[in-house]
Amino acid sequence: MRKLVLAASIAAMTAGAAAAETVRMGTEGAYPPYNFINDAGEVDGFEREVGDAICAIANLDCVWVTNDWDSIIPNLVSGNYDTIIAGMSITDERDEVIDFTQEYFPPDPSAYMALAGASDDVVNGVVAAQTATIQAGYVASSGATVVEFSTPDETVAAVRSGEADAVLADFAFLADIVNESNGELIFVGDDVAIGGGIGVGVRESDAELKAALNAAIDQMKADGSLNALIAKWFDGREASY
Amino acid sequence: MEMCADPSSLEGINWWMCYLTTGKHQAFYASFGTVLLLLALTAPVVMVLGFSGAMARKSSIPPLRWLGMIYTNVVRGVPDIIFFLFVPIAMDQGIEYFRHRVKCPDVLEPIRQGNDFVVCTAAKMPLGSSPQWMHEAYGFSLALVAFALVFGAFAANTLYGGMNAVPRGQLETGEAFGMTQRQVFWRIQVPQMWVYALPGLTNLWMILIKATPLLFLLGVEDIVYWARELGGSKTSRFAYPHPDWRLYYFAFLLVFYLFMTWASEKVFARLTRKLSHGQATLGGEALKVTA
Amino acid sequence: MSCYDTLMDYGLRSIGIGERLLPKTDITLCDQFVLIGSGMIWNIYFAVFAMVLGFGLATLVAVGKASTSPWASVPAKAFIFVFRGSPLFIQFFLAYEIFVLIPKAGIDINLGFAIITAETRWLTKAWLGAVVVLFLNTSAYSGEIFYGALQSVPKGDVEAADAFGMSGFRKFRRIIWPAMLRLAWPSYTNEAIFMFHATTLVFFSGFPAWRQSGDALYYASYFADKTFNPFVSYPIIAVYFVAFTLLIIAVFGWANARLNRHIAPVQKVKFRFKPQFIR
Repeated sequence: MRKLVLAASIAAMTAGAAAAETVRMGTEGAYPPYNFINDAGEVDGFEREVGDAICAIANLDCVWVTNDWDSIIPNLVSGNYDTIIAGMSITDERDEVIDFTQEYFPPDPSAYMALAGASDDVVNGVVAAQTATIQAGYVASSGATVVEFSTPDETVAAVRSGEADAVLADFAFLADIVNESNGELIFVGDDVAIGGGIGVGVRESDAELKAALNAAIDQMKADGSLNALIAKWFDGREASY
Repeated sequence: MEMCADPSSLEGINWWMCYLTTGKHQAFYASFGTVLLLLALTAPVVMVLGFSGAMARKSSIPPLRWLGMIYTNVVRGVPDIIFFLFVPIAMDQGIEYFRHRVKCPDVLEPIRQGNDFVVCTAAKMPLGSSPQWMHEAYGFSLALVAFALVFGAFAANTLYGGMNAVPRGQLETGEAFGMTQRQVFWRIQVPQMWVYALPGLTNLWMILIKATPLLFLLGVEDIVYWARELGGSKTSRFAYPHPDWRLYYFAFLLVFYLFMTWASEKVFARLTRKLSHGQATLGGEALKVTA
Repeated sequence: MSCYDTLMDYGLRSIGIGERLLPKTDITLCDQFVLIGSGMIWNIYFAVFAMVLGFGLATLVAVGKASTSPWASVPAKAFIFVFRGSPLFIQFFLAYEIFVLIPKAGIDINLGFAIITAETRWLTKAWLGAVVVLFLNTSAYSGEIFYGALQSVPKGDVEAADAFGMSGFRKFRRIIWPAMLRLAWPSYTNEAIFMFHATTLVFFSGFPAWRQSGDALYYASYFADKTFNPFVSYPIIAVYFVAFTLLIIAVFGWANARLNRHIAPVQKVKFRFKPQFIR
């Protein structure tokens, strides 16, 4: 699964980077506003800015690479990059395989999105989710019929085409799409709280890197810069770090 | 371009001109080069592997002959995709394992720690500190080797058939002239086998062209990767929002591939005519009449 | 849990029978063998339906391409060119995008004794959509093989049929078609093998997996992701494919013997495993 990738980006840091250690940041690049590839072909989004800020504080020389979501953990453990910073919720199942830093984004409820006019019952019908996400696991065990797609974009396309009745994904990802659909798409049913907050994934054998990242996140929480970034990318959402 | 500074104000033809020249689109256009580069580099490697495979099968040393047989038959009996999913990781981990043994003999911790595949920093391939293009080049070379291994088996089979198709009388004539086995092989059999192997090789080239989208599965950013990325619907987070256009991007890829196979067909038709000159085959006879 | 229990729970998992949730932890070798084997049901289904349906269309395409009328030969040639000239992978992607756009409607099919409503939305499911793509693809490849065979039907056979006063469809049905089939069979066997191998592409084709049931590769990659070890599940699927490839060779070999049973031993058409049609 060497789905390794991307010329997306140049070394991010400059400040005193001469002797800095190179850290390869792995992300998906298909989940706005968390991370996406902008029109210039570079990794962009909330996590790009958070990651760059963390690297600046920890004095790391960061390089961004993208990787398909469904093989993002295997490629971390086999060493193709050193961190996963891709809107990945901290769950027990994942924690068994890799380690997480403290969260840099609070737990975000997952929401159902459907075509306008759909009733709340659609959450028990055919629900689309991205393969290997906490949402896919949740739908599979909820009794609804799960349809799995490999990219987030395809799950939304499935709802538009009527292929699936609803899609379950992070609220923040769907919010943009609902807002810009001219009323075609709506949120339905109750939001569900599935995973924990979002943290940076690292290999279990990389305790040193994990400590450095944790210290940097601590500092960003203390000086308010993390709150500011969350407000910037998530429509003024107030986080209380 | 100057006018593309504020995409939201653009309309009509200007919007399209700016949209089609974004950095992402340039990466898309460049990825066609990646595909052509893969074809250009794989073809000679495939020929070398195929030729070695065919020679191994003709060898008088039994183990070498068996190796040739196993290689050509097993690889062809398993779907190519399964090889592609498997071979690059196996090679990657194999290389790193080997480098770990050589470069860090004093590291005593096991390489497999639970789920982690941990080799020392110096054994990483490529080194973690090397620039991104090295990582990409390495990924691309793994893909290239995987392609060459699979198609080499097919080429070996075709060339083996071609060698055997050279008329027995030609070889005997060579022997009558007092040539050694080696001379007969290199001076008579090899130069003549091409015309017999050409239909098979043409077919193989077509298959190779049509297998290039599988690069996408190997994690190389090829035209399929970018078509999917560009075609997906874009919200106003992006400078050029648009609905789901994957259909058009894939249709474009279809046209590209149809053109590639069509053009190849023309080229090979010419090559066949050329090689048939002076050959004791139906094609060769036909040329004699018209010439 | 013993391996027998696993077989009972997961043996038919891919078609929705048995335990609903896939194993997540403590995955055994037996789990992998059973679930991947269960997924093979789909690969066989895809290959069988595409080949059986494709056989008919391939004959039509071959006759069309050989026809002197441009009304028949041009569409047949274009069909072969498009489906043989482009990668199956792209065909799958494109077909899925097109199927999604087709308005969702029910089409009534009158069978005389009953009326069946065919839903166009079925096309976006792999069980129908992928079969349609594979069917068209194999029709083009087999059509070309049949066309080649049609060109080499011995002239004497046709003249003999004329001498018997056979004409039109009867001559085709009784003389040309059997001769064509006999000549094409070895290549057709290779086509069957590669059609079967091509079913692995369905997993990557854009058709989503429903209820976590999918083909063999779906489960193989599921296990590779869960266990982080590709060195078990992919060789297992390879073993399955080699086994079924041998089965195809046996079945088609038997059919070849039947097709050739009236022919003198010298002219018999022999099958050689000569796969040249990956797409």
